[in-house]
Amino acid sequence: MGFDASMLFVQFISGLSRAMILFLMSSGLTLVFGVMGVVNFAHGAFYMIGAYLAFTLTEILTGFVGFWVALLIAPTIVCLIGGLVEVLLLRRIYEKEHLLQILLTYALIFVFNDIIKMIWGVDLRIVSLPPALGGFFTFFGHSFPVYYFFIIGVGGTVALLLWLLLKKTRFGKLLRASAERRDMVGLLGYNVGGLFTLVFVMATWLGGLSGAVIAPTVRLSLGMDMEIIIECFIVVIVGGLGNIWGALLGALIAGQIYAFGILFVPKYAMAFLFILAAVIIIFRPYGLLGKPAQARG
Amino acid sequence: MQAERKNSAAKWLYGAITALVLIILPFVLEKGFSEYYLYLATKIMVWALFAMSFNLALGYGGMMSFGHAAFFGIGAYTCSLLLVKTSCPLPLAFVIAPFVAAGAGVIIGFFSVRIKGVFYFATITLSFAQLAYILAFKWRSFTFGDDGIQGIPIPALISTDETYINYYFFALIIIVICIYVLWKIVKSPFGLMLRSLRENPERATFVGMKVENYRLIAFVISAFFSGIAGVLYAFLETAISPDILFWSMSGEVILMGLLGGMHIFLGPALGATIMVLLNSFITSYTEYWGMVLGIALILIVLFFPKGVGGLMLEQYQKWMKRKGV
Amino acid sequence: MAILEIKGLRKSFGGVMAVAGMDLKVEDGHIDSIIGPNGAGKSTLFNLISGYYPCDEGRVFFKGQDITDLPPQKIAKMGIGRSFQVTNIFPKLTVFENIQATFLYTRGKGLKLFSDLKKFFTQEAEEILSNVGLIDQAGELAGILAAGDRKRLELGIVLATGPDLLLLDEPTCGMSPKETANTIDLIKEIAEKESLSVLFTEHKMDVVFGIAFHITVMNFGSIIAAGKPDDIRANEKVQQIYFGENRCSSK
Repeated sequence: MGFDASMLFVQFISGLSRAMILFLMSSGLTLVFGVMGVVNFAHGAFYMIGAYLAFTLTEILTGFVGFWVALLIAPTIVCLIGGLVEVLLLRRIYEKEHLLQILLTYALIFVFNDIIKMIWGVDLRIVSLPPALGGFFTFFGHSFPVYYFFIIGVGGTVALLLWLLLKKTRFGKLLRASAERRDMVGLLGYNVGGLFTLVFVMATWLGGLSGAVIAPTVRLSLGMDMEIIIECFIVVIVGGLGNIWGALLGALIAGQIYAFGILFVPKYAMAFLFILAAVIIIFRPYGLLGKPAQARG
Repeated sequence: MQAERKNSAAKWLYGAITALVLIILPFVLEKGFSEYYLYLATKIMVWALFAMSFNLALGYGGMMSFGHAAFFGIGAYTCSLLLVKTSCPLPLAFVIAPFVAAGAGVIIGFFSVRIKGVFYFATITLSFAQLAYILAFKWRSFTFGDDGIQGIPIPALISTDETYINYYFFALIIIVICIYVLWKIVKSPFGLMLRSLRENPERATFVGMKVENYRLIAFVISAFFSGIAGVLYAFLETAISPDILFWSMSGEVILMGLLGGMHIFLGPALGATIMVLLNSFITSYTEYWGMVLGIALILIVLFFPKGVGGLMLEQYQKWMKRKGV
Repeated sequence: MAILEIKGLRKSFGGVMAVAGMDLKVEDGHIDSIIGPNGAGKSTLFNLISGYYPCDEGRVFFKGQDITDLPPQKIAKMGIGRSFQVTNIFPKLTVFENIQATFLYTRGKGLKLFSDLKKFFTQEAEEILSNVGLIDQAGELAGILAAGDRKRLELGIVLATGPDLLLLDEPTCGMSPKETANTIDLIKEIAEKESLSVLFTEHKMDVVFGIAFHITVMNFGSIIAAGKPDDIRANEKVQQIYFGENRCSSK
């Protein structure tokens, strides 16, 4: 088959929409690491809960309204769960070694998976799109879902809002300061515990949102969290651990690598991503936008 | 002096009791219960070897590898493919497999051992292991893809068609030898070096150690023995699939290490025993095995961060002290 | 002959001069000292000598050989042993293992994979432990030792590397006056017995004047005075910067 320009464009758009999902996820992951110093393995679980909640909400409220309600309510419920996790569990292990933090968040994956199994069962679930977003777009004989544009729009909006939050608000300044020097927040007289809870709630909200947004494009199944979390790890490492713009850059790269990898070497598209991660860790261990000091973590 | 002699006598006694139990156990299980328990006992031993091999990297070398499934899987696949696709005799295939796993350890380790930071190390080893998984999954013509390898030919002597008893002893002998070798390594000058640089790489550099070299050697040894565990696993199940290379396998072996106690030599074996038993018993009562495991892990992290093995050791030491006084 | 010679050494961190062109000589067999207030650049100087930081400019000679660009482990092997301001030991190994591990590596026995550990350097390690007065704590975990004992253990580790020159960064930091006196006697005794040269930084003036042959005073990365203890004591500039300074750095 030949690769004409329009097909490349379609791949580019599909890569971009994938990148936006990865960014929504990774920004939460990297925010938690940057501010709290915790690698949250369970981040994917919040994404999965978001997706399943979107399924239930669109079942209850069908049509256009249901979809928008799901998009707002699902992440909100997810972030409340996130807040609970932070207050009840994470809070006790900030001072402990990294290994234990990894183990704790890893354990949460098992728990959340089974909770989802209890509530929704093991069958595959499909979330239907409202008709307005459900169509296909045809571009010089190649078609792709209109919904891709919607995903790109959501991702772009969130990126913009994050930028405004970080640059223009006091809270954002505090976040940036504490990502740079974690011990500083306390020294400046802020309530560190409260800040951490807030950051974790924000991060899980982003995770829940990505789940709700992606839900109509995939079949929901147990284990969908695992598929994406590994990719997100690569994204944040490529971009620079703790750096939100790094996560955006990493997501854009990862999205395109996958989209074009699948075009040329369909079987091994994922392999490129792992090779990329290995190359980055070896030659630029602090990531594309990270600072060398962060590599000591 | 006398205390020392008494100590070593006690050691011999414990050793003899353990040996006796391991020898009698399969007969008791087979007569008193069922073949399934014998299978389970063998499975525990295989996982124990895997977990202890892995722990040479994590517990002794301080390397949080999230890619050990690769070595386990490469061992299993190498041996199985040799047996299925070539006329390579079994003993030779058995010997080649761990060396191939160790070879993979050299490659992955070469790039990884200089990486600092738990998360970075975990991600780079994970990335390499996922590459191996993708190869096994997608390279159909070579690896049979997601069909896996069925019906691995195993000679009658250790066949598990009728009873697991022969295979139990076969695995037992190999695993005991491996564990003995691991023990010698841990108790050797090299073992002390490894622990010292896990503790304080900076100080180690200043007394003149080449930290990377030690880490690489430990990583490769760990890969080698993980490969042996993989081969034993393939023979036990007589079928393998790419799943054994998937990263959740690496996750499981990490859990075993932490659960049992990674700073105790036999800790990971204890972790393996608990995980395999819990898995098989809980899954027969409830489908929510993950929930039980997850909650157990959370409790361990919050209250017994040294692992079940560490907890037992602490209690034992307390008890000895009280007895001594 | 000078065992250590430094010529025009310079190092800056993001525009801040930490060491601004220093010359220094330590004669073989001497116990010399570098003093100066917090942030004077003493620890940076040690980090430069021992290869932990690369130098911006200047050369370091050890026994006449240029060691400026060598990595820390090479420099350690050539015979420069250093201790740290913040005590740097192996906390989860026993006191004995701390010393034994050091012997193993420096004598190139670390790659013995299958030999019995007990056959290696047991006597030598015990000897060092009795020298630094820790033989009774040999079996305890190093991490639970008291601050002064840790300092002594670190001295033991440095001695086990078989050095010709000791670089000690505030060796009595955190010790009581009595402990300080003991440790100083110990350093003196060991240096004489093993014919070692010593270069150490210190905050406690009495300590320095008690044992140093030659004292270099640093401030803002430069030498402001150097000479025999009596000359330094009489130096006005030194008295000025030292007024009120007697705590060891808490970095």
